[in-house]
Amino acid sequence: MTSVADERGKQVEPAARRMITPHDLIMFGAIVLFGILGPLLFPNYTFQIAVLWLMVLFAQTWDVMGGQMGYNSLGNIFFFGAGMYICAVTQIGLFTDVGAFTSSTDQGTFNFTPDQYYIGVAAGLVFAAFGSSLLAVALGWIVFGLRGPYFAIGTLGIALGAGELVGAWEWVGGGGGIPIPVYPGSGDGKSFFYYCLCFGAAMATFIFLKWLYSTRFGLAINAIRDDEEKAEAMGVHTMRHKTVAWAISAFFLGISGGLFGNMTGFIEPLEVAFPAPTFGIFMVAMALLGGKGTIWGPVIGAILFHIVKEATWTYFLGWQWVALGVIIIVNIVFFQQGIVGWLQEKYPSWFGIEVEERSSSAKEAAE
Amino acid sequence: MSNLIEVRNVSKAFGGVVANDSISIEVPEGQITGLIGPNGSGKTTLFNSVVGYHPIDSGSIKFKDKEISKLRVQQIARLGMLRTFQQTRIYGNMNCIDNMLISVPHRKATFFDMFKPYPNELRDKAEDLLEFVGLYEKRKLASGDLSFGQQKLLEFAMALMNEPEVLLLDEPTAGINPTLINGLIDRLKLANTEFGITLFIIEHNMRVIMNMADNIYCLAHGELLASGTPDQIQNDQSVIDAYLGAH
Repeated sequence: MTSVADERGKQVEPAARRMITPHDLIMFGAIVLFGILGPLLFPNYTFQIAVLWLMVLFAQTWDVMGGQMGYNSLGNIFFFGAGMYICAVTQIGLFTDVGAFTSSTDQGTFNFTPDQYYIGVAAGLVFAAFGSSLLAVALGWIVFGLRGPYFAIGTLGIALGAGELVGAWEWVGGGGGIPIPVYPGSGDGKSFFYYCLCFGAAMATFIFLKWLYSTRFGLAINAIRDDEEKAEAMGVHTMRHKTVAWAISAFFLGISGGLFGNMTGFIEPLEVAFPAPTFGIFMVAMALLGGKGTIWGPVIGAILFHIVKEATWTYFLGWQWVALGVIIIVNIVFFQQGIVGWLQEKYPSWFGIEVEERSSSAKEAAE
Repeated sequence: MSNLIEVRNVSKAFGGVVANDSISIEVPEGQITGLIGPNGSGKTTLFNSVVGYHPIDSGSIKFKDKEISKLRVQQIARLGMLRTFQQTRIYGNMNCIDNMLISVPHRKATFFDMFKPYPNELRDKAEDLLEFVGLYEKRKLASGDLSFGQQKLLEFAMALMNEPEVLLLDEPTAGINPTLINGLIDRLKLANTEFGITLFIIEHNMRVIMNMADNIYCLAHGELLASGTPDQIQNDQSVIDAYLGAH
């Protein structure tokens, strides 16, 4: 057997999505620029833009499972809420008694010093991230036996069940919720502080996933998406990859939950921590709109979705849910591949993807 | 010569249908063993039992003297026993190179190996094997866009990438056009002689299997009908009656 690699002089072309293309750099540059200029140009919208970055994070983490691995989870919002509660309990529990702080009699009367506040937030976010990951490992052990629609419904059950269970758990405030420690500074200062953290979390997620998809892990979860039985027959550690994929989703979602809880200042189980019908569905809709299974799809989908959502909330109040419903229906019925998926079909060369015609013409050019 | 696979009195029933009834076969190391029989005779069921796809009702299956009838598909695959599917299975949305890369052996993979990149040697090896099966020109195309025959070749190349000790092939020439079949026979033989892979093949194309196999087993109605060299099988009256038909 002669080696074709030797004839080519060891020139190896990396697969398409492993490369950092010029398009990637332009897009990333534009997003970082907006991330920095956004709150300076539109100071009144700092909170909304911060939420935009959380939406970007939601769509990206959903896509790890739904897009890249083919496991459509409807319960990823569980890790958002879990992170929120773990963060809050850490912030409070480091310095005072949680049960007393959350009880209705002396709700939120404890005063945190600035040092206690910042230490609490830092530790809270770390615990939220790793705690959510651990929960994902434990839950994955149970629900990864489910496939297809059963997995989707099973995970939805987890998110809905968690909201009810936390609502009945008095130590963490039950259905009445928990007031989060107050930021030791001005309102603007708080907005800016959490804006930076939200933006940083979304960018860290993007960079981490861009790297992750360039490793063997990326190919393995794609293989599970395309044919899990084949992957098993080839000896791929499918359970290991599925569990780690969910733990990674949960890690970043846990951080986002901790941040959002602090931004709103008061958390309760059904509307804020485990909002399966809103954020829980948005993260799916955003990834589908942008194009699931692509690195940019969830980012673009989240940005568009959030802008439309905020615009309809402001200018067409009363019709906002209709507008979102129309977007989702048009997306699902006419446009399943999403925006970036459509672009990939139309202009594969932008993404470094080769199709039959192009490879033959490239060959002719070479001859 | 030692036996790589030893199946002893394996039975498997689905409800009231007895798919395999006390089957015993041996696959000697380094050889090509064939498995033939009419449709519904239990060939694929036997394959599925061997690779751990479903539990067996009774009997014993050994790979390199190790009992494997209780192991699961992935564990058996990591021991070095691999199968291809009758209905070809590849990762359709990934290009051919990626299909090859994900097929590297997972035997020694530690937890943190999954976060490593693929070294250039593996990419070279993937391209060499694609060249070996004649798919080098198509290497960057989505594998789902290939023709059925090309997908079969890709699946075979993926199996080679996995460096198995024994390869179970379920009808490797089904759906491949006659001119390609000769090329495929050559490559299967090369896989056996050059790469030292023991082959265990289900095949309906008698010209192919009689030409290649050192030993052939014939199943009918879930029972072992006959075994022997291709010559013995071709002249066995019970095999002629049940399967081959009179010439």
